[in-house]
Amino acid sequence: MAEQILLRAEGVRKSFGALEVLKGIDLEVRQGQVVSLIGASGSGKTTFLRCVNMLEEHDAGDILLDGEPIGYRMDGSRRRRLSEAKVSAQRARIGMVFQSFNLFPHLTAEENVMLGLTKVLGKSKAEAREIAGHWLGKVGLEARRGHYPYQLSGGQQQRVAIARAVAMDPRLLLFDEVTSALDPELVAEVLGVMKALAESGMTMLVVSHEMLFVRDVSHHVVFMDEGKVAQSGAPSEVFDRPDSERLQKFLGRFHGIFSGGG
Amino acid sequence: MGFTIPGTFTFELWQARFSLLRGISATLLASGLTIVAATVMGVLLGTILAYGWWPLRLLARLYVDILRGIPVLVLILFTYYGLALFGINVPAFWAGVIALSAFATAHVAENLRGAVQSVPAGQMEAAKAIGLRFPQRLRYVVLPQAIRRMLPPWVNTGLEIVKGTTLLSVIGVVELLLSTQQIVARNYMIIDFYLVAGLLYLIINFSIAQLGAALERRFSYLRY
Repeated sequence: MAEQILLRAEGVRKSFGALEVLKGIDLEVRQGQVVSLIGASGSGKTTFLRCVNMLEEHDAGDILLDGEPIGYRMDGSRRRRLSEAKVSAQRARIGMVFQSFNLFPHLTAEENVMLGLTKVLGKSKAEAREIAGHWLGKVGLEARRGHYPYQLSGGQQQRVAIARAVAMDPRLLLFDEVTSALDPELVAEVLGVMKALAESGMTMLVVSHEMLFVRDVSHHVVFMDEGKVAQSGAPSEVFDRPDSERLQKFLGRFHGIFSGGG
Repeated sequence: MGFTIPGTFTFELWQARFSLLRGISATLLASGLTIVAATVMGVLLGTILAYGWWPLRLLARLYVDILRGIPVLVLILFTYYGLALFGINVPAFWAGVIALSAFATAHVAENLRGAVQSVPAGQMEAAKAIGLRFPQRLRYVVLPQAIRRMLPPWVNTGLEIVKGTTLLSVIGVVELLLSTQQIVARNYMIIDFYLVAGLLYLIINFSIAQLGAALERRFSYLRY
C-alpha cells in the first residue's frame, strides 16, 4: 500500500490499578483508511481509543500521529508529559465521536459545531457559521441548526456530534461505539453518515459492534481479546477465516446477521 | 387621615419615613455588596475546590469547612471587635459586609463545586476532544451548565444574606432592623413597626426569589 502511515501504535500498555487493560497493542492506520476494532466488551477497544485522544494516559509504548508522539516528548531517554496547551493542540487534530453523543446541552446544533472552530481554530463567527452549515447539511440536519440537543432524536444528536468532530478538519476521526446508545431504527442513519465519510477518504478508527457495517466499510479489521491484538487483517480474512477459537466464538454471536446478509 | 395626629400609625410612619429609608438603603447596600462579592469569590473558590492543584484545594476546603461551621454573628463580632485588637480598624458597615461575604463565599463555593461535579464527565471529554484548553472548557462548556444547576441554592444564599444583615445591628450598623428599633424606642408602637419591618424584608426577599425564578426560566433550555 502506498498511503503513508498516519497513526502508529507500538507496545501500548495501560493499567487501571492492578488490572492491565492493554497488554502491548501494535496497530497502524494509513491515510484514508478505515480501521475497525472489534472484540468482546472488556477487551480494551475503547480504552485504546481513549489513549489515542489522551482521555486516558497510556503507561508504556508509543502512539505516534504523523510520526509525532501523542501526549509527551522524549527528553533524552525520559518521557516528559506535554503541557496542557500542546496536548490540546494535538487533540484538535484528532476528532472523536462518543457513544453518549456528549453534545453541549446549552448550545444549539450550530453552536455545538461552531465552538471549536471559533475558540480553537480561531475562525471568525461568520466563517464558522458557514462551515457548520456545510457539515450540518452533509449529515442532513441543516434545517435543525437552531435546535437544542434536547429537541433532537438520538440519531440526530449523534449526527450533529459527527458534524462537530469532522468540521474541525481532523487528520483522524475516532468513533467509540457511536450507535450503541441508539434505538435500533436510528442506527442506520448514523452508519450512513459514517459510510459517506469513509468514502470521502476520511481516516477513521472505529470501535463498533455493527459487524455488517465493519465488514462493509473497513479496510482493516483488528480483533482484540483480553488487551491484545488477537488477529488483524482485511475484513474477508478476519470474518471468513478466523484463526482462533475466541474469534470464531465471538463472530458466532453475530451468526444470524451474516447468514442473512451474506 | 391621621397624618396630623401624634400617636396614630400613619402619623408615626410619616415621622419615621427617613429613618426607615436609611435603614432600607443600608440593608440593600450591605446585601447587594455581599451577594456580588460572595458570588465572584465563591465561583473562584468553588472552581479551586473542584479542579485545583491539591494543596490549593486543601486550603480552599479548610476555608469552606471553617467558615460554614462558625455562626455568622461570631464572624461579625470578630471582624469588628477582634480586628480592632490588632490595630486594624474597620468601620462597622464594612466589617459587617466583609464578615457576611466571607461566610456566604463558603456557601457559594460549596454549591458551585457540587454543580460542577454534577455536570456529566462526557461534557469535559467532548470539550477536550475538540481541542479546547482547560480555561476554555470551564468557560464555554462546564460553567454555563453548572450555573444553571446552582441557581436554586444561590437564590437561597441570597435570601440568607438579606436576613443575615439584621445581625449587623449588633455592631451598630443602622440597617432596617436597628432603625426600626430606634423608631419603636421613640413611639412605643412595637407591633406596628416590627410588622412594617417584617413586611419590608418580605418584599425584598420576594423580589430576589422572583428574579431567581426568572433566571431559571431563562436557562430552561438546559436539559439532557
